[in-house]
Amino acid sequence: MTFVIGLVITLVLIATAAVSLVYTPRDPLEMSIAGRLQGPTLAHPLGTDQFGRDLLSRVMRGAITAILVGVIAVAIGMLVGVAFGMLSGYFGGWLDEVFMRLVDAIQGFPAILSALLLAAVFRPTLSISMIAIGVAFLPVFARLTRASFLEFRDRDFVVAARALGAGDGAVIGRHILPNTLPPLIVQATISFPVAILAEAGLSYLGLGTQPPNPSWGLMLREAQAFLTLNPWYAIFPGGAIALTVLGLNLLGDGLRDLLDPKTVA
Amino acid sequence: MQRYVVRRVGALAVTLFFVSLLVFVVVRVLPGDPALIILGLEANADSVARVRQELGLDRPMAVQYGQWVGRALRGDLGRSIQYDLPVSTLILTRLTVTLPLTLLAAGLMIAAAIPLGVFAATRHRRWGDYLTMTLSQLGVAVPGFWAGLLLILFFSVHLGWVRAGGFDGWGQGFWPALRSLLMPAAALGLFQFAVLARTTRSAVLEVLREEYVKTARAKGLAERRVLFRHALRNALIPIVTVAGVQLGQLLAGSIILESVFYLPGLGRLTLAAISARDLPVVQGVVLFVASMIVMVNAAVDILYGLLDPRIRYG
Repeated sequence: MTFVIGLVITLVLIATAAVSLVYTPRDPLEMSIAGRLQGPTLAHPLGTDQFGRDLLSRVMRGAITAILVGVIAVAIGMLVGVAFGMLSGYFGGWLDEVFMRLVDAIQGFPAILSALLLAAVFRPTLSISMIAIGVAFLPVFARLTRASFLEFRDRDFVVAARALGAGDGAVIGRHILPNTLPPLIVQATISFPVAILAEAGLSYLGLGTQPPNPSWGLMLREAQAFLTLNPWYAIFPGGAIALTVLGLNLLGDGLRDLLDPKTVA
Repeated sequence: MQRYVVRRVGALAVTLFFVSLLVFVVVRVLPGDPALIILGLEANADSVARVRQELGLDRPMAVQYGQWVGRALRGDLGRSIQYDLPVSTLILTRLTVTLPLTLLAAGLMIAAAIPLGVFAATRHRRWGDYLTMTLSQLGVAVPGFWAGLLLILFFSVHLGWVRAGGFDGWGQGFWPALRSLLMPAAALGLFQFAVLARTTRSAVLEVLREEYVKTARAKGLAERRVLFRHALRNALIPIVTVAGVQLGQLLAGSIILESVFYLPGLGRLTLAAISARDLPVVQGVVLFVASMIVMVNAAVDILYGLLDPRIRYG
């Protein structure tokens, strides 16, 4: 049940993003001074912002930013995290010790902290927010992969592969890694909505997507100055975030129940 | 026992070394000259050379790192360019807002999440459970800063009951100060509250399936006694672990909420420092907060080992 609701919301999100690539009711960047800060009307179902831009079009286009950042950030965290966990779990010893302390250290840097530091050294951009969010995911992927490698590295099929002359690379890549995938996939689906929340937060602070590009977090940053003039401006972009994250969470929960029937809900 | 704690503290020292190294690498080693960041790209060569010398950037990397860490360990995090004050002084001043905000959010979170989680567990697969779980699903979906905006919209703009933000300092009295932190703390704690309620529910559910709970029930103990004496007590270990880790998350999250409610804490300090190219402040705050989070995580880890002897020998 949760899986189906989650799936429907997620499909609507993807469809919205896809449609907004070819069609939005208005140009999301088109300004109109006369039509500033309107509440919902027939012409603008979600109202307009401080430049008279159509909020429906901007919220639709914002879905692309959300998906893009989510996918890339999770991919960064997963790739680097899996590499760390793989080497740690397979080789063990001092390498494991050093890598795990490094992972502990990285855990001290939630996305917001890395983003602050990177934005101070470079310039706040979308790519910096993706990297910052990705880095924050690294520890969980590293730990998961390490645990799987510890579990599998002395199993019979691995010992057999080694006895047949398979090198470390082949054992890791062909024999152990495929077995570690299910928990990693579940973790990726859990991380995806978290990444969307983090991107919204960073853009809200001005550390992510830069104007005039539509991002839900950035819209809320701008909306705050006009809370009394047009409260709807602060409601719809936030609602889009909450609905998206809700859908993805439900989907993730459902997926976990399907893949791992042992956990009790 | 003692050996376990000593080993853990040793590991913490290594972790803190890595934290400092990461901050140092981002600021000094990655492309981008701190002198140029501070002065701007149009700066003339002479002043760049002067600032480089002042910051010690003309010395070898290892020497720079050693000096920087050595000073940081003595509480010297450098000087703010914008305010011309020690960074550590600025951090301590702003911490009088950030720390109470974080702790208040943690307090609200625990006070709401644990009773609700226990309630849901006792109503497993009945209405109370479904309602609580729906509530927590919403809690993890709503971004804290949006919750903050909605609270402002409702309580300040619509009802006009409270100010939309700002903080007059503790000099104004304890209760007025605490009251201006209440709404931000509620918004900050919302997400972690939802997570903790779910954790509590599953931890209690897990324990309720144990044999000793069946025994307690079979002895004829009142359900309330079974719940609090036997179930909750044992479920507390995973709950405390999660709550501890959440403390660090709340500290980081306060950076965003301070912006929503215009609170003069660490987050606002850092954001202003980014616009003013005040690199020592950003570097100092990030090093400080990251170290705090790592230390809290390590403390939770050690506590976990002390509470549950099975972990120590694992």
